Amino acid sequence: MLDVSVSYNRYKFLGHEFLTWLWFLMEKERSFLQTEVPELTSLEVGNRIVLENRFNEGVEIITIKGDDAGLEEGMLSLRKGAVVTEFHLSFTAGDQQWQFILKGESLNVSNLKVPKTGNVESGEELEGAVLEKAYLFEKVIELINILYKSFIKLRISSEWKEKTVPEIRKWIYA
Amino acid sequence: MGLLSSSVSITCYKVDGTLEDPFMDTVEKKLKQNMIMEIDDDVSEKAIGWTSMENPYQPKFEGSSFCIGTYLVFALRIDQKSIPAKVLKKFYVLEMLKMLSETGRKYLNNTEKRMVKDRIYSTLLRRYPATPKIYDLIWNYEGSFLWFFSNQKSANEEFETLFSKTFQLSLIRLFPYTIADLNAGLSDSQREQLNKLSPTQFSE
Repeated sequence: MLDVSVSYNRYKFLGHEFLTWLWFLMEKERSFLQTEVPELTSLEVGNRIVLENRFNEGVEIITIKGDDAGLEEGMLSLRKGAVVTEFHLSFTAGDQQWQFILKGESLNVSNLKVPKTGNVESGEELEGAVLEKAYLFEKVIELINILYKSFIKLRISSEWKEKTVPEIRKWIYA
Repeated sequence: MGLLSSSVSITCYKVDGTLEDPFMDTVEKKLKQNMIMEIDDDVSEKAIGWTSMENPYQPKFEGSSFCIGTYLVFALRIDQKSIPAKVLKKFYVLEMLKMLSETGRKYLNNTEKRMVKDRIYSTLLRRYPATPKIYDLIWNYEGSFLWFFSNQKSANEEFETLFSKTFQLSLIRLFPYTIADLNAGLSDSQREQLNKLSPTQFSE
């Protein structure tokens, strides 16, 4: 395996492409998401999306935030060559909802809010509370892992260049 | 950051290697060996060690108290003292004036100034309490994965260093390349493909 810091920097574009592909799926290929994660009811872009466009000598960062923000600027950025570097996502399974920020370069989860759990009133309840939280965290980690594994298998296949990228371009320029 | 907080951040790790049997006794022994030490009445500026999630200010690891279900749950604690520059300057100037008045001299040489500053700094370190930062973690030993509840670079680096020192296990941070390489079930030829990838241009 490559050195960790070298591989982190050299391949962080995979995380950015993953988020860009994920946006495409949420907009155009919802059935794929449902097939990959059967318990998923919905996966939506939340109130924040960050895109990055790298030029020869500089970087342009576009941040769109706000509960009712339009994503047209994001699409425009994609047309100019940007990729998604950060997403606020809302994930629903049944009547339970998770919200979190997913950063492309690390695939770290931040600001994760899980479905409401009971308050811990005593030390005896702590064990149950930890197990319940761990179960709810695992749902999000599992979701990311399943989708990322699908992405990476697609990414190293010929289908990526021959089918997926043209479809993403069609979506960007629609 | 507490795992029971209403909002959390998670960094995922893969843990490889085995600990000697009896497993729980080994974990308890290693946690105790690297438990946080109090530095409030000490000249130390910083302390890093393990603590219990339930009682972070009075850590106890007896009786597998860190084991919840199939998880090991404990926390990293980083205590740091920070003396404001203006407080240091005030006491340093007062001490210099006192020394000049006692000796009848007009100034101190550089060595004397540095000694005064060091002495004042040490005195203040004893008087200042450390600010504790606590970062919970959940370790699934059988599943070989660990969640550290912070994305802060410095906290993650301190955690990685202390974990490796404590358990002598391989701890690998999971990010796009390492997930693909270690957790995506790729064959050797697929891994070769992975290593050859270059960025896609989505725009025309």
